[in-house]
Amino acid sequence: MPRENVMKWLRSQFMPHIWCPGCGHGIIMHAMLRALTSLGRDPDKTVISSGIGCSSRLPGYIDTCTLHTAHGRSLAFATGVKMVNPELTVIDVMGDGDCSAIGGNHFIHACRRNIGICAIVMNNSIYGMTGGQASPTTPVGAIASTAPYGAVDPPFDICRLATGAGATLVARATIAQPQLCESLIKKGIQHDGFSVIEIMTHCHTQYGRKNKLGRPLDNFNYFKERSVMKAKADSMPPEELEGKYVIGELFHKADGEEYTKKYARVIEKAGR
Amino acid sequence: MPKSFNVKINKVWCKGCGLCIGICPKKVLELDGQVKCEPVRVSDCIGCRQCENMCPDFAITVEESE
Repeated sequence: MPRENVMKWLRSQFMPHIWCPGCGHGIIMHAMLRALTSLGRDPDKTVISSGIGCSSRLPGYIDTCTLHTAHGRSLAFATGVKMVNPELTVIDVMGDGDCSAIGGNHFIHACRRNIGICAIVMNNSIYGMTGGQASPTTPVGAIASTAPYGAVDPPFDICRLATGAGATLVARATIAQPQLCESLIKKGIQHDGFSVIEIMTHCHTQYGRKNKLGRPLDNFNYFKERSVMKAKADSMPPEELEGKYVIGELFHKADGEEYTKKYARVIEKAGR
Repeated sequence: MPKSFNVKINKVWCKGCGLCIGICPKKVLELDGQVKCEPVRVSDCIGCRQCENMCPDFAITVEESE
């Protein structure tokens, strides 16, 4: 990928970004920009929406139509944008708290509607920006500032949640596979319907330091060792998959009808 | 004739996190005195671009040199 193409999409006057050195969010932003450039998308016809949190700073660095909205409500804003103009490429970037806690209801209902939005969930298992509180995806036993003796609640599996709620393309990757991130985001953007791409990332500052993953490279190795491709995971017994991340395209339903198309028929029926 | 590559570092954007140094299969990169990435063995570079794709700060460009 020639770097000039990616650079064109950056608001380089705001770089270097505010994320900590080695933060996985930058890797995801780079993968997303590579996906957008290789698909040849027009920045004037691309909308990126985000909520609140470290991950939601991402649209601020991208030179396209961007929305930085209320906590957890980014999907509601993105839905509005898509409904008004279904021609647009709408991407929604969320953190794990944004997606599964504060915006949990928006998330499951967007999945249910199957609206043509590509939702990228940057899951770092913690509320990084606000001081390292345990989030709904913090693994059991992990130390967080609100769980000093280890988290007790079982975490959400965002991919299974999305599949159950009715999303038609669900995939997962980790920051240890930037090329896979790129190809899955590309698939998500091209998909006609609601796509959820969960990307496992790290917060070495708030989560890692308390859980023996203090350096960015430790986290990279952690994800690399624990990633299992979907094809291999299908033949493995469930006990062996304990604590592993199944990556790749997890669920794809090609025949689900997209929401704005269904809604266009309602508009026609109403005679407007 | 094997291809040769040029590794360019934007030192203003580099934060010295060390991810690129850890993943480079040929150990081309090292940190300099100001804790910024520096290509010290650029002749060993095989152009896999893992560092470029992995850099969270958009600071690395790998180019094929003439």
